[in-house]
Amino acid sequence: MRWELDPSPSPRKVLLTYALFLSLALLGLGLLFLLYGVPPLKAYALLLSPLTDTLGLAEVMRRTIPLLLIGAGLALAFRIGFFNIGAEGQLLMGAVGAAYVALFVPPGLWSLPLMFLFGGSLGALWAGLAAWLRARFGVNEILTTLMQNYLVYYLVVYLVAGPWKGQMVFGFLYTDRFPPEAQLPRLGDTLVHWPTLVLGMVAAMGLQVLLFRTPLGFEWRVLGENPEAARYLGLKGGRLILLAALLSGFLAGLAGVGEVAGIHLRLLEPAQISLGYGFTAILAAWLARGRPLGVLLTAPLLGLILAGGDALKLALSMPFRVVDVAAGLLLLSFIGAEALSRRRPVWRR
Amino acid sequence: MEEALLRAVLFGTPLLLAGLGALLSERGGVVNLGVEGMMALSALVAFAVGLKVHPALGVLAGMGVGALLGLFLGVFAVSLRANQFVAGLALAALGLGASGLLGKRYEGVPLPNPLPEGILAALALALAFGLHLLFSRSRFGLYLRSVGENPKAADLFGVSVDGVRYLALALGGGMIGLAGAYLSLAYRPSWTDGMTAGLGWVAIALVILAAWQPLRAIFGAYLFGLLFFLQFRLQGSVPIPSEAFAAMPYLLVILVLALSGRARAPKALGQPFDRGR
Repeated sequence: MRWELDPSPSPRKVLLTYALFLSLALLGLGLLFLLYGVPPLKAYALLLSPLTDTLGLAEVMRRTIPLLLIGAGLALAFRIGFFNIGAEGQLLMGAVGAAYVALFVPPGLWSLPLMFLFGGSLGALWAGLAAWLRARFGVNEILTTLMQNYLVYYLVVYLVAGPWKGQMVFGFLYTDRFPPEAQLPRLGDTLVHWPTLVLGMVAAMGLQVLLFRTPLGFEWRVLGENPEAARYLGLKGGRLILLAALLSGFLAGLAGVGEVAGIHLRLLEPAQISLGYGFTAILAAWLARGRPLGVLLTAPLLGLILAGGDALKLALSMPFRVVDVAAGLLLLSFIGAEALSRRRPVWRR
Repeated sequence: MEEALLRAVLFGTPLLLAGLGALLSERGGVVNLGVEGMMALSALVAFAVGLKVHPALGVLAGMGVGALLGLFLGVFAVSLRANQFVAGLALAALGLGASGLLGKRYEGVPLPNPLPEGILAALALALAFGLHLLFSRSRFGLYLRSVGENPKAADLFGVSVDGVRYLALALGGGMIGLAGAYLSLAYRPSWTDGMTAGLGWVAIALVILAAWQPLRAIFGAYLFGLLFFLQFRLQGSVPIPSEAFAAMPYLLVILVLALSGRARAPKALGQPFDRGR
């Protein structure tokens, strides 16, 4: 027996395959819960608990914001064949840019726009560097963007422990609080910084239009789906990839601005600014199957997992790593289902 | 000076082991980006077995976990023909997450009878030479290389492409598991969350730096080891912030990758094999 390509699987088969792999992922997760010493059903219930009250829903929404911004950009980048896995670092770059403006530029009406612009640009620069290294030296961007994550991590640690350490803080590692002009408005007394949420939705819709309704988008899709054909058509691959990298880095930078200007109101230790939004957004983008608009659905779904992970952590004092496990299993079940649903068994040699 | 070289070798050993493991599967055409997670989980299992039974058995357990995770990746990368890069990344997250979750109860527990680092370092060196011979002298090496360069031709000659790839992933996974076991049973006989500290990713870069040659990987790994040592030694004695030293290895990986240029990778690297196409 062997597996042959099935070019047009029936919707029923696709659905069944996905259901099978999702239940395998849930089974695996449950097994880990058991090994850790928690009844799986209780853990699943806690994971979904944010859905049951408004405070929980606000938590889901606040975690959706960075996933939406980053995921939309990554959906574009992946589609074109630029495997940007450095969104975590680009987000931190955005946070650094925002903090610089907030702390060192005289505050005013211009503060927030300038923070978004500068933070986004630093994120874009950081992603662009990887695209340039790929075009110029043929360096695999998966490795460069990953290494760049560590570089910014230490840059932020250096800044909050050294030159930017707050005058008003003593034993702690963070900068002074941003002035009111540099703080994003929130919905009521939740942590939902709505201007960033709007930006994320606009970004997802804008990239969708750019990708499917413009000549540039057409070139991008040709490059992503058939690099050979792109070369034949004389498309400038390097430039197209650089542009996509800059866009995805810019959006990740904006997410970083939102986190520091909307939630923490200061620059602080990198692990507290982002607990893996960059990685979770990869999942959001992959689940959206290269459609930026799809992230409007997948980002809240993963926002729920992050918020549920928080609930697990609080209720059972479980390490936050549980979110990595859930994300990894989901990603595996998804790519497995996608691969298997496009094949059929053939009973001959 | 002698101390520097010794530390370089001892620090370079997990890199060498994990790098050889990744190299082995890449010669067969499968990218394994899961190294970091595989190392983390095998370090934990090796430690747990080493603590409760015996460290020597812990090494075997670590290798076994690594091999199993390699086969697990094979289900996605070889049988299902899924995107190898994404499958590897997911495995990295899964391994890191699972080890952080299950290892919580071992955090801060000391290992009473750690293994000598020297023996494992020598073993790593022997493995590098062994792999070199395997690639250049053995039938399996020939099959492996042909599967990595031109799977279609290998298939026509009756070589089981999938079988060779699974075997390469399992053997490579065993070496990656050994790297994890070295960390938790010998190098730093304890277990902490995140103790692999990016070594798995550096190991993947090492494969490129070594241009897919096991003997070159020895020099690459020890060079990184030396730089880690210097970073540790210079810290505090020069007016450079410690964060800059901590960031150095990652900067170095980027520089090395840029300078090593377009080293020739196995032709079928990263591409699932489909007989029908």
